Amino acid sequence: MGRRILVTGADTFWGGRMAKTLESDSNVDFVIGVGTKDPNVEFERTEFVHVDQSYSILSRIVRATKVDTVVHTFMATDSSHLSSRTLVEINVIGTMNLLAAAGGPASSVRQIIVKSSTLVYGATAKDPSFFTESTKRSSTASSSLERSIIEAESYVRDFAEDNPHVVVSLLRFANVLGSDIVTSFSSNFRRRLCPYIVGFDPQLQFVEEDDVVRSLEFVTRNNIPGVFNVAGDGRIPLSEISKMIGARKVPISLIMPDLFTLPLTKLNLLELPAELIELLKYGRGVDNLRLKEAGFTYRYDTASAIENFAKSQRLKRSLGSGTTGYKYQQDLESFFRHSPAIVED
Amino acid sequence: MAEKRATKTTTLVTLPSVIEVPKDEDETKQGTRLSDIDNWGRSEHMRQLTRTVMNPIYKYWFRVEWEGLEKIPLQGGALLVANHAGAIPPDAAVIMHGIEEEIKRPVYGMADFWFRTLPVGGTLWNRAGGISAHPQNAYHLLKRDEQLGLVFPEGEKGPAKYYKDRYKLKRFGRGGFVEIAMRAGVPIIPIAVVGAEEAMPILAKFPTMAKVLGLPYLPLTLNHVLLTPILGPILSSVAYLPAKFKLRVLDPIYFDVPPDQQRYSRSKVMDEAESIRLKIQEALYDILRHRKSPWFG
Repeated sequence: MGRRILVTGADTFWGGRMAKTLESDSNVDFVIGVGTKDPNVEFERTEFVHVDQSYSILSRIVRATKVDTVVHTFMATDSSHLSSRTLVEINVIGTMNLLAAAGGPASSVRQIIVKSSTLVYGATAKDPSFFTESTKRSSTASSSLERSIIEAESYVRDFAEDNPHVVVSLLRFANVLGSDIVTSFSSNFRRRLCPYIVGFDPQLQFVEEDDVVRSLEFVTRNNIPGVFNVAGDGRIPLSEISKMIGARKVPISLIMPDLFTLPLTKLNLLELPAELIELLKYGRGVDNLRLKEAGFTYRYDTASAIENFAKSQRLKRSLGSGTTGYKYQQDLESFFRHSPAIVED
Repeated sequence: MAEKRATKTTTLVTLPSVIEVPKDEDETKQGTRLSDIDNWGRSEHMRQLTRTVMNPIYKYWFRVEWEGLEKIPLQGGALLVANHAGAIPPDAAVIMHGIEEEIKRPVYGMADFWFRTLPVGGTLWNRAGGISAHPQNAYHLLKRDEQLGLVFPEGEKGPAKYYKDRYKLKRFGRGGFVEIAMRAGVPIIPIAVVGAEEAMPILAKFPTMAKVLGLPYLPLTLNHVLLTPILGPILSSVAYLPAKFKLRVLDPIYFDVPPDQQRYSRSKVMDEAESIRLKIQEALYDILRHRKSPWFG
């Protein structure tokens, strides 16, 4: 019998790509995708279900489908378009409901993979150049985004302790760059803008979007428990990144950066959520050795991830911004999958 | 790690138990870099520039003399430990310059994270080989990257002391540097530095003003007194007196404890730290015994 996998956040880049990857695996019998919005990729055989933000319906879905694996990718790691209340709803309440659905002796779930972020380490002057998975953060979390992720992680840890029969994998992703994913960094870079704080040139670390999906797939397929940092090798200073991408540097004041950039952010010319401003001062580096020792090989280091992103941007500029053309239509999907009129060949 | 994974997978019923993780055949693509800034923020280019500026000061102003430079290993990680002095301590720059020029090995100077908080200055400090003295940084640098790290266990207590307390070593912190060297399995190489005390001696301090300005300490130096009529108040606070520098590298200290332990005996760590402090103190007295003049050696 093959695996039955539930993927949360299937309407986002993370869950969508992950579900697509699992679909092509013959060891996987079923992929169930849940999400709050319509998915933006075309699924082959993933069964997509709409749910609310806090995932209150999830326990019913888990009980009904008897999934053995849950891939939890629906964790907000960018606060630019979300209020702090929504963040708590998604990260804290969502994770809590998911773990409640998956826990307990009667549950069919045997593995949980949670997407987290290196935001849990913070970014201050007191930080080491590379955080390992066990390094404590140097300061208490100031932004609601960081607090919500830390809280969600603490629930995951409790869950792992209470349910020793479940393989719990927690992946902390560094900032992601790639041709498809949209983050604050990539939206600014797409506009060829590179905000920086005057007098600071932080070193940053990125992970390529393919490696994001591959690492999720890696821990899922090999049932690897534990906490892992996921980030490409190497830390690169922001000034060099802006050169690699060909972005114009936008100076931001050291004192009250959010106030001075308010007009730009309000006009949607620049995306500067609190966690990005924090990063622009001291940067953040994480040690990626543990996942490598578990057997994972990255396809990109930080420099090639940036290069790859720059290439995809040049291509997009040459071709213009045409839409991908896929629009999810529920009746159409269910017709093609379940109608008796469809002839299987 | 592997054991833990194996025990976990055996409890799975519905999943295929994969104990041997297949190694992916993929190669990591290496991107092309546009600068030579390494993972620690150090730029060889910037170091070169610093050395060009530093060279005449090193050669003709401080007239640096080394003893026992051959004791610094040509490869492998090692923690250099020295005494720290002078209102704006010149010893870090002298040691880094000397070792890089003489034995062509980069030295990473570890200092308080306070430097990172300085706009512009913090970045320059980092590019010129300064990194913050976080235990994790030291361990990573020495163990995995096998580099030379330089620390001043006295911390700011060294440079902040009055001229009357010159060459009397302060407490060596809580011995954190010994623990790091033990954990990383690298030797500690003590270095005794003579000359930094006289290059910028502190006569008085203004603690309240320092607090207001956010500085670790605000001194009045002999340089202010002597040089203000010639150079003005600002230049005189950064101009060194032409003290003669004498450095002595002491025998490397290896620890007979296994690396990578969770915890090391506190008393052993403190004993080792104190014995290193005494060795440097002893060497300082020995150099001073043979020194005829602070300016001519």
